[in-house]
Amino acid sequence: MSTVIDVEHLDFSFGSGALTQPVLKDITLSIRKGEIVLITGPSGSGKTTFLTIIGGLRQAFHGSVKVLDQQFVNSSEQVKVKARQQIGYIFQQHNLLKSLTALQNVSMTLEMNDTLTEQQRLERSAQMLTAVGLGDRLHYKPGQLSGGQLQRVSIARALVGRPKIVLADEPTASLDKQSGYEAVSILKQLAQESQTTILLVTHDYRILDVADRVVELEDGVIKNV
Amino acid sequence: MNKLTWLYFPARLAWRQLVFDRSKLVAAIFGVLFACVLVFMQLGFKDSLYASAASAPVKLSGDLFLMHRQSEAMWRPIQFKRSELMRVLGNPAVAEAYPLYLGLAPFKNIQTQVKRTLMVYGFDPDSLIFNVEEIKNKRHELRFKDTVLFDEYSRPEFGPMRQLLEASRNVTEINDYKVNIVGLFHLGVSFAADGNVVASDLNFMRIFPKRNLSEIDMGVIRLYPGASIQQIKAELRNQLNEFVNIFSYEELLKYEKDYWANTAPIGFIFGFGTVMGWVVGLVIVYQILFTDIANHRNEFATLKAMGYEHGYFIRLVFASAFFLAVLGFIPGYVLSLGLYHLAETQMYMPMPMLWSKMITVFLFILSMCIMAGLLAIRKLKDANPADMF
Repeated sequence: MSTVIDVEHLDFSFGSGALTQPVLKDITLSIRKGEIVLITGPSGSGKTTFLTIIGGLRQAFHGSVKVLDQQFVNSSEQVKVKARQQIGYIFQQHNLLKSLTALQNVSMTLEMNDTLTEQQRLERSAQMLTAVGLGDRLHYKPGQLSGGQLQRVSIARALVGRPKIVLADEPTASLDKQSGYEAVSILKQLAQESQTTILLVTHDYRILDVADRVVELEDGVIKNV
Repeated sequence: MNKLTWLYFPARLAWRQLVFDRSKLVAAIFGVLFACVLVFMQLGFKDSLYASAASAPVKLSGDLFLMHRQSEAMWRPIQFKRSELMRVLGNPAVAEAYPLYLGLAPFKNIQTQVKRTLMVYGFDPDSLIFNVEEIKNKRHELRFKDTVLFDEYSRPEFGPMRQLLEASRNVTEINDYKVNIVGLFHLGVSFAADGNVVASDLNFMRIFPKRNLSEIDMGVIRLYPGASIQQIKAELRNQLNEFVNIFSYEELLKYEKDYWANTAPIGFIFGFGTVMGWVVGLVIVYQILFTDIANHRNEFATLKAMGYEHGYFIRLVFASAFFLAVLGFIPGYVLSLGLYHLAETQMYMPMPMLWSKMITVFLFILSMCIMAGLLAIRKLKDANPADMF
């Protein structure tokens, strides 16, 4: 199986000069296609920072981060914007657009894709929402949906573009046990069908069993793989 | 992205976000509407001012006009010698030269006896200086002693002259001198005078006993057909003393307009009002766009994380600005139309709603909204996708 994410000797720190605060120290990690990897660790261990670097949202300067064969270290914004379009994101908060319906929210992912017609976009979005069990809630706005439903909409939004990688940051943090587990199971099931790699940051131990591999970070160092 | 979606998608999202928050949208529309009405009224008053300032000279029939160099405008002229005007007859291209006498004087309302100042024009009735049929037709009556014609477009405070004349109540006082009103004509009021009266030059002297025929306010010159106005003007310029100005018809109109636009503070006031309307509208629209971006910061950051470029959000903000401009302009235009009508019927000011004015104001409002957008897009930098995790 091919390697999708390949990180070698990544160092990252916030601040500069005397105030430099190292966050990630000499991280080396490679993730293969279709793998589901959980990153756990206490707060402040650098998990989220690691995720934002993989996602091309933060610029790193030392080491090597190759995502989908693109080097992210010292890369231009252009390269990262391009790569981001092949990555699905799920946030701790659902971060859906309040003014749009569930369908329109999911469809936002596809609006960057020129090869589709508006009809195809809406159809694919509706299919994806049906797949996460919200086929009867297509035209509801975020204000009319529950927390678990919202997180499932954001899962649909992340997956509808058929990304090669899904990055999720504490997707269950704002959900109760059952809806959290449901959301992650749906994510796992849909990802496996399309051979999507998932990198999931969490300290919710209730969902550890969905992972192929658990990586534990502590003080910016990988402690246990 | 292709050309259509390049603009269509951000515009569609902008529209959806605008209509989602109805109360804020209404507030925004009122802001633009307010600016729109303010600008419409200021421009309307300004144009009306210029139009009415030129209402008297526009009806004068002549090729060249003489005024004292110290005269700021027709409504406050400095007198010069009639003989100076008559010297132009030495030029072989000059056919006729007539003096025009001007004076502001109190006119007594026949019903209420209240006195109000109006403009009195005095001239030889046979000279046909005014290109107004009603005056030409009454030139015989004007030659009688103590007769005047009254401008029916004068402000209503002078009294309902048409009814009064029909009831044969046609005697009043101008400058405490008794006159008979022998007819009506139509000229229009200006910022200088609330009403107009025309009289023969001899009757003018009776109304203004301190004036005499050899001290004139303005000279009206007619040339023989085929003469070059600019050439004769240059010739007369060399011939006449320096204390008189020579104007062609267009130059006279421009001189009058420029007086109101520049010398009198009124032009400045309306210009200032227009700019203030723009600034107030700008601040309102800027505030709305700014808070809108701040409220949608997380949503925008999310979209950025999903791969939307910065330019998408700039287009989104400008689309919002454009929608606000259009949505505010339409009711603003309708309201201004009503106010223009009110001004025309209640204040007797010429305030037509012209296409050119409508387009000017729309461009003005659009530029205001775009400027607000330019100021607001700086706020977009706050939407940082790395902060979303």
